[in-house]
Amino acid sequence: MSVLETTDFRKQVVEEVLEVYPEKAQKNRRKHITVKENNECSSCAVKSNAKTVPGLMTARGCAYAGAKGVVWGPVKDITHISHGPVGCGFYSWANRRNLAEGEIGVDNFVPFLFTTDFQESDIIYGGDKKLEKVIEEVVELFPNTKGVSVLSECPVGLIGDDIESVARRMTEKLKMPVIPVRCEGFRGISQSLGHHIANDAIRDHLIGKGPKRDVGPYDVGIIGDYNIGGDAWASKKILEEIGLNVVNIWTGDSTVEMLQNGHLVKLNLIHCYRSMNYMARHMEETYGTPWLEFNFFGPTKIRESVLKIAAMFDDYIMEKAHAVLEKYEAEMQKVVETYRPRLEGKKVMLYVGGLRPRHVVGAYEDLGMEVIGTGYEFAHGEDYDKTMANIKDGTLIYDDVTAYELEEFVNRLKPDLVGSGIKEKYVFEKMGLPFRQMHSWDYSGPYHGYQGFPIFARDMDMAINSPTWKSIKAPWAK
Amino acid sequence: METCTKVTKDWLNTMEYREKNFAREKLVINPAKACQPLGALLCSLGIEGCLPFVHGSQGCAAYFRSTLARHFREPVAAVSDSMTEDSAVFGGQNNFHEGLKNAYTVYKPQLIAVFTSCMAEVIGDDIKAYLGNAKKQGSIPKEFPVALANTPSFKGSHIMGYDSMLKGLIDCLGEPREEDKLNDRLYVVPGFDTYPSNLREYKRYLKSMGAPFTLIPDYSEVLDSPNLGTYELFPGGTPIQEMKESLNAKSYLCLQSYSTPATSKYLEGKGVPVETIPMPIGVGGTDRFIEAIAKFTGQDVPEEITRERGRAVDAMTDAHQYIHGKKFALFGDPDILIGIVSFLLEMGGEPVHIVCTNSTPAFKKAMEKLLASSPYGQGATLYPGKDLWHLRSLLVTEPVDMLIGDGHGKYAARDADIPLIRIGLPIYDRVNLHRYPIIGYNGVINLITMIANTFLEEKDRNSTDTYFELMR
Repeated sequence: MSVLETTDFRKQVVEEVLEVYPEKAQKNRRKHITVKENNECSSCAVKSNAKTVPGLMTARGCAYAGAKGVVWGPVKDITHISHGPVGCGFYSWANRRNLAEGEIGVDNFVPFLFTTDFQESDIIYGGDKKLEKVIEEVVELFPNTKGVSVLSECPVGLIGDDIESVARRMTEKLKMPVIPVRCEGFRGISQSLGHHIANDAIRDHLIGKGPKRDVGPYDVGIIGDYNIGGDAWASKKILEEIGLNVVNIWTGDSTVEMLQNGHLVKLNLIHCYRSMNYMARHMEETYGTPWLEFNFFGPTKIRESVLKIAAMFDDYIMEKAHAVLEKYEAEMQKVVETYRPRLEGKKVMLYVGGLRPRHVVGAYEDLGMEVIGTGYEFAHGEDYDKTMANIKDGTLIYDDVTAYELEEFVNRLKPDLVGSGIKEKYVFEKMGLPFRQMHSWDYSGPYHGYQGFPIFARDMDMAINSPTWKSIKAPWAK
Repeated sequence: METCTKVTKDWLNTMEYREKNFAREKLVINPAKACQPLGALLCSLGIEGCLPFVHGSQGCAAYFRSTLARHFREPVAAVSDSMTEDSAVFGGQNNFHEGLKNAYTVYKPQLIAVFTSCMAEVIGDDIKAYLGNAKKQGSIPKEFPVALANTPSFKGSHIMGYDSMLKGLIDCLGEPREEDKLNDRLYVVPGFDTYPSNLREYKRYLKSMGAPFTLIPDYSEVLDSPNLGTYELFPGGTPIQEMKESLNAKSYLCLQSYSTPATSKYLEGKGVPVETIPMPIGVGGTDRFIEAIAKFTGQDVPEEITRERGRAVDAMTDAHQYIHGKKFALFGDPDILIGIVSFLLEMGGEPVHIVCTNSTPAFKKAMEKLLASSPYGQGATLYPGKDLWHLRSLLVTEPVDMLIGDGHGKYAARDADIPLIRIGLPIYDRVNLHRYPIIGYNGVINLITMIANTFLEEKDRNSTDTYFELMR
């Protein structure tokens, strides 16, 4: 099919799939789905960052998930209190693969669930006193904690608790930052507001309040890398090899001091724009710290990014950058030679969050694969603008896609691989479709950097070419 | 800095720290309990054509689905009505109506099971009135069944949510009990059970003993569905017709004591005979289950079951030397704990620390009675309401040989340098365990396999050349 025919076919698919909805839902959902065409204004075409339609199976989470699960959870030397009933903390406990160096329980509190475990009496009488006691207890039992964050769950905001004043009192009493984060799950329409609220908490309670530090000429920070399966370390490795000095990571394997001193760098490099652009902008506006978006998925994008980053520094860095690109070229070429013949022409459909629906496209293309559909759980207009440059005409784009829509799109577009999350994984595997979790890397990784690409390539090959798919049909089945 | 870390690390393992840890009053660290709606969702997956529906924040639904999908490695369907700030102010009725309409139209369920997240509970949404209005306004047809359960997450735990939802489902679908409509079936309630294989075993026993039965709920086909190359949204469950007849059951047999008390009370209030027995883990527990079925059918226990029992006992005597006298720590839900402790006592294993975060006074009494009944239970202490950080202190100050509990126990087990046998929810880091029953006589064999072989594996791994022997 020509690009034009493909585009028409996919547009037709969209219409067919939406038919099942009641009128109001149909009208709403149509605005969130499009097929990329020439010169199209993407953000006019795809409505995003809007309320989910009630009753349709969304993959979206809530503000708490964005604030605790994404931004704060990986900060390792802070004890993070899930403030409210036990559930939210339980479901977000140690399951986002934010690797961190340190002794668990001593100076690394990432795989913990600290909770105020609200009971009925806390709802009736308020939880402020309990929170105060809990903060005292956590600091006593974990003397190396460098701060305490308070992540509010739904009831806290509904019963009118004043966690800000508790935090103020405790900050003074304990002589360490106690950070109230108003990320109740009913706020906003997805994880996205939770990211923003978490960013604001860093702005209001930490940034600029750290121990003084001189800024070296090559000091940089990585922003928006949560070190899933060691991703941030893989990115850091490249940056250090080209002569830069990574002094902060936000927030994978990070410390409270890294958050306090995030502005004390020559340049902030932002990977997940969606979840941390607020602070990148704030540091630029307030402290004059510039920032730059980059992409370390796959050798093509790594090359582009490395050159773009090096161009912000001097000849010394640029020379080293070229040397690093050269150093890894043969290795990357070998990866491509090994896997491209096994993956060439395979079609992929993605549905993820943050940066991945656009950032991983290049890595697939390095392997000769084609992304034919992509979409975000909680993107804003600018994310779709950025996406358009990375995808081909005819690509199907879906925002906050419902489980029903994604299943139907996959049924009709027939990709060879689906990349999405745990809630989607087994649906497609039951259909006999190769699948990779693209939030958690399916417990593999890292996927970032030169270290990550061979793993990424191996994993995609393993999914698509696994002999297990061949056993699905029984020999006697009609 | 390094010394500071080292000092703290050593301090965490001291008796002094243990005392401080046990003295905390409000802080909860690593609790072995989730919240009510998770149990409600699990329960509702077990009814044919039933779509779980969270009335409240959408994030809750995402969390429940992820948790269950990770554990079972299966698709888990649920919708929510995505309440946001405006619902917090005006109530969630509009979302509820729109949600019901969309879910009904798109997914074409036979039944929707509504349960609440804490947001709806705190603002006091009246879901019963909302449902009445939804039907009046035509969001869904008047005759379309919608089961309701209030499942506040600030009360009880996941097992209480299971109970509330089951009661709601029977209340919604069950036709009134009438003398001339009584059926001949035994309704068997497994309780909050994360082993689809357990449910299959229950059905096998009931079938082989010729008991007409209904397993309620039954998510064995939903949470262990075959890969046939197609995805089914509703792959099975207790048939709607049998749900309709649920109040006209001959009698009920509940296989857990602490996850269905409200349902039992409700049934008894409707005049339905209910018998509750402990979860059939271990030979003694399974014997009681078999006897309960035999009592129901009025028939002798078939020879094949006696032989099956004999094989389990044979496995016990074969392996007793690997478990006898070994010391165990356990944590988990009340019913599982009673079951596993019974099994250990039958094997001569010695439970030492028993942590139950979602304990109740009735459970405490039952566990203490169980421990008192065996010489092997004398060294055990139950820690009701405690969490896994308490458990860690116990493990490092009073060491045992093995920890039994869900996957979250791996941190404490590692710190104590002992193996963890994974039983319960969640288990995210091992495959297929939910496919091996832990109830019934085969469950006895599976438990012995897991426990004894793990000890043997440890022994091999830790043996020097001198003591590395072929025979064990």
